[in-house]
Amino acid sequence: MAAISINNITKMYGGESPVKALQNINFEVNHGELFGLIGPDGAGKTSLFRILATLLLPDKGSASIENLDVVNHYREIRNILSYMPGKFSLYQDLTIKENLEFFAGLFGTTLDANYEFIKDIYVQIEPFKNRRAGQLSGGMKQKLALCCSLIHKPSILLLDEPTTGVDPVSRKEFWEMLRTLRNQNITTLVSTPYMDEANMCDRIALIQNGQIMSINTPSGILDQFPYRLFAIKSNNNYHLLQKLKDNSEIRSCYIFGEYLHITFQDNRPIEIHGTEMMEIKPGIEDCFIELMDNGSNNN
Amino acid sequence: MEAIIIKDLTKKFGSFTAVDHISFEVGQGEIFGFLGANGAGKTTAMRMLCGLLEPTSGQGTVAGYDIYKQRDLVKQNIGYMSQKFSLYEDLTIKENMRLFGGIYGMSDKEIKMKGEQVIQDLSLQNEQNALVESLPLGIKQKVSFAVSTFHTPKIVFLDEPTGGVDPIARRIFWEMIYEAADRGITAFVTTHYMDEAEYCNRISIMVDGKIEALDTPSNLRKQFGADNLEEVFYTLARKAKRGDD
Repeated sequence: MAAISINNITKMYGGESPVKALQNINFEVNHGELFGLIGPDGAGKTSLFRILATLLLPDKGSASIENLDVVNHYREIRNILSYMPGKFSLYQDLTIKENLEFFAGLFGTTLDANYEFIKDIYVQIEPFKNRRAGQLSGGMKQKLALCCSLIHKPSILLLDEPTTGVDPVSRKEFWEMLRTLRNQNITTLVSTPYMDEANMCDRIALIQNGQIMSINTPSGILDQFPYRLFAIKSNNNYHLLQKLKDNSEIRSCYIFGEYLHITFQDNRPIEIHGTEMMEIKPGIEDCFIELMDNGSNNN
Repeated sequence: MEAIIIKDLTKKFGSFTAVDHISFEVGQGEIFGFLGANGAGKTTAMRMLCGLLEPTSGQGTVAGYDIYKQRDLVKQNIGYMSQKFSLYEDLTIKENMRLFGGIYGMSDKEIKMKGEQVIQDLSLQNEQNALVESLPLGIKQKVSFAVSTFHTPKIVFLDEPTGGVDPIARRIFWEMIYEAADRGITAFVTTHYMDEAEYCNRISIMVDGKIEALDTPSNLRKQFGADNLEEVFYTLARKAKRGDD
């Protein structure tokens, strides 16, 4: 039995010209898995989270959490699930400790009773426990939000873009905390628009325009990249890009930092004068772009 | 001529030194990444460069104008775009261009000509009269950039410009920045996302009000023996003593 099971979920918004926020979404998350939902703003990540958190009704399809249907058994689900929304949703005018006690109280427990469960994360902010949440830095707010979402010992954790707007040091620490939770047997579904975070997950789903483009382990996604990929640069990459876009032997060409990543027609590399070129392994972002190019979606 | 020259630029708020003797130069047409953890002093430094905040000490010119005495001229010669705010959501694309063009003192004729050019360059014929709020994020970003450079500034300040968009839209956006740089417009990019920083010609990394590193991305990787900029940043930023804001 999967911890989270999603079957043909479809969600539309708007009346006359409806927008399909989610189209026939299907996947399962296993017990104890750290599963990443990776896609840009507007892909449908939050809609899916809200359906799983029993806060939004799907138009079609069904979903279950620990075998409990999200529509019919929402009350039971709310006791075992925790949802941390993308927007900081704690009480800014309560202190760290007061927020924790408040959320513990909502679930009929106390901070003391579950202290051990959140200890690893809580000790990092405990020195500031009398500081108001509104006065905390971005990284500390996220740690507090995570503590509050764990205070009732949930078995399922839904984290909607927990690292958006957080600086790289705090981001890294946050992912390390998620890896730790994984060892405590919590099932975590986490969303992010940052492709580089994919590697921290056991499995990932790439989502774009309300559709899942691929589901696999991070290395499985990379292995599915269908072409030989090359990194190329010259002393003026902008001019090189213009030139390569007009070259019929180039299949695709995108800027990647100080290099361009290119694939060739029929996978046959040709020499390009005045450049430095080497074959490379694709990253998640290369795969995402390839899937977008080959899909029916467009922006 | 260099687009930005600053020397020992410092800003104190009471006894707190937000920006502590920073010095660097940015060339014309250069794409310069200005990085730092939350609370490192990036925003304060940028506000001084944009003519919005008077420095406590140090010297500097932006677009050739003094950042103490010629702050109005600095403002007229720069553009600004941020992910958080750039366009009025309840105006159309065309109305936004008229508004910003007007603010920068462009004539009606200029606004009309330039506006049509932008619509054509970005293939927005069908969207030009749509309210900005109804546009997809990728298009909003393109329009934001076009509006921030509408008055042909010498320098454009991009404050965390590309968070959250899909990878293709992000690349289309960076192609616009490269194109602008090719025309001689300097891009000054603040971000705390390292993958964004990789697109810059040179980057600086600020920690606790000071610039701790400044070089091309590849030289920084070499200097720190790191595989990527994330590692470089992490090495520097974790030394920070200052809590973030």
